[in-house]
Amino acid sequence: MIPVGFAYERPDTLEGALALLAEHGEDAKVLAGGHSLLPVMKLRLAAPELVIDIGRLSELRYLRVEGDELAIGAGSRHHDLETLDVVAAEAPLLAAVARTVGDPQVRHRGTLGGSLAHADPASDLPAAILATGGTIVLRGPRGERRVPITEFFTGLFSTAAEPDELVVEVRVPRTGSSGWAYEKFTRRANDWAIVGVAVVDGRVGLVNMGSTPLRASATEAALADGASTAAAAALADQGTDPPADLAGTPAYRRHLVRVLTRRALTSATR
Amino acid sequence: MKVEITVNGADTSADVEPRLLLAHYLRDVVGLKATNIGCDTTSCGACTVLLDGESVKSCTLLAAQVDGQSVTTMEGLSSEGDDLHPVPAAFRTEHGLQCGFCTPGMVMAAVGLLAENPKPTEREIREGLEGNLCRCTGYHNIVRAVIAASGQDPDTVQGAAIHQGHAEVAPAGGVQAAPGFSVSSAAHASAATSTEGNAA
Repeated sequence: MIPVGFAYERPDTLEGALALLAEHGEDAKVLAGGHSLLPVMKLRLAAPELVIDIGRLSELRYLRVEGDELAIGAGSRHHDLETLDVVAAEAPLLAAVARTVGDPQVRHRGTLGGSLAHADPASDLPAAILATGGTIVLRGPRGERRVPITEFFTGLFSTAAEPDELVVEVRVPRTGSSGWAYEKFTRRANDWAIVGVAVVDGRVGLVNMGSTPLRASATEAALADGASTAAAAALADQGTDPPADLAGTPAYRRHLVRVLTRRALTSATR
Repeated sequence: MKVEITVNGADTSADVEPRLLLAHYLRDVVGLKATNIGCDTTSCGACTVLLDGESVKSCTLLAAQVDGQSVTTMEGLSSEGDDLHPVPAAFRTEHGLQCGFCTPGMVMAAVGLLAENPKPTEREIREGLEGNLCRCTGYHNIVRAVIAASGQDPDTVQGAAIHQGHAEVAPAGGVQAAPGFSVSSAAHASAATSTEGNAA
């Protein structure tokens, strides 16, 4: 499978990438690891006129502890998250979730910023970042702005980022060893989650339960009110709109999310 | 556009379309045919090569993306004649292939795995090779080959992995261990019981 022809630029700096994006906007696509974009281009579901490759911008690949937060450069790869000690120490949920993405070859290329910008509701890391209650840092011609992750996902494969803005950083609270868990249910090795549940610090993020990553708000509220794990988990499908596909019906996913939430909460409080 | 890519230590260069995939650059431009294209969808791993030492799937990379970087294919592992690299040598010794289509990708993924984890457990090898499919389902000997290539004894490591608990819980909470290559103590007990039953 061969993509439709396109022009290719690999700017040396973030400023250069932003200038290209400002000039070309919706005619351009940003390539980081390329493991979401290239497959859809090969299937000709996407045919950008210009591909702007930011995958080798070292200024986007960093991890910094800043106050109460861990600042993660958007170009950090899944393999960085799963292997670097600072992630294991400060945000262990992200290390564990990153380890479940694809396979080692995919994790060597895929980036955190790319996964968030792509905003696939079946992806692992967007729901995990949603569970952390983190912040997305966007940069564009009008400067830098911060968007709470709860406002970042606006629809299927859609985010609050404007066409001329780039995800440059992801900031998550330093949770240390406080209770976390990730439950991912698949039928085949390294498949997408049929349903996934990420729990950290009493917040619950859901994978593949609607058109965006979702928080299990009813479960979180019940936990805050002192409900038992089982009672809170039984509310996990409230407010969700799970898809129907070959892997399962909406009713099946509703059942699954209640079970996985109970498992994740139990594991997180152990 | 012009790309310059170091392939197996040699400088290569060509004027290519931006949409040219690395797998096609290696096979059709450089003429190295070990790298196979299987699924063409980032799933099967047959096209795995090393990019600056890390395993990647060359069907999901543009040649343009790796301009100025260094790629290693299976041809680049071994020098001439009988001087095989330890990983393909172990695949030969342990009979780690059947039809051979997945083998170059499997070998390159294994080389990448061992670079990051020189003495992996059986479980770590199975997880480390999860991005590579063998449609002959010849995984058993492939895993033995990677154990052997790491300087460990496949017979010892395979048995030990089960009893150290690495494979005791499947992700879905189902089977106790991958079937067919080890017998748990519980299975020993039930086998003994049934033997007694037959004798009686």
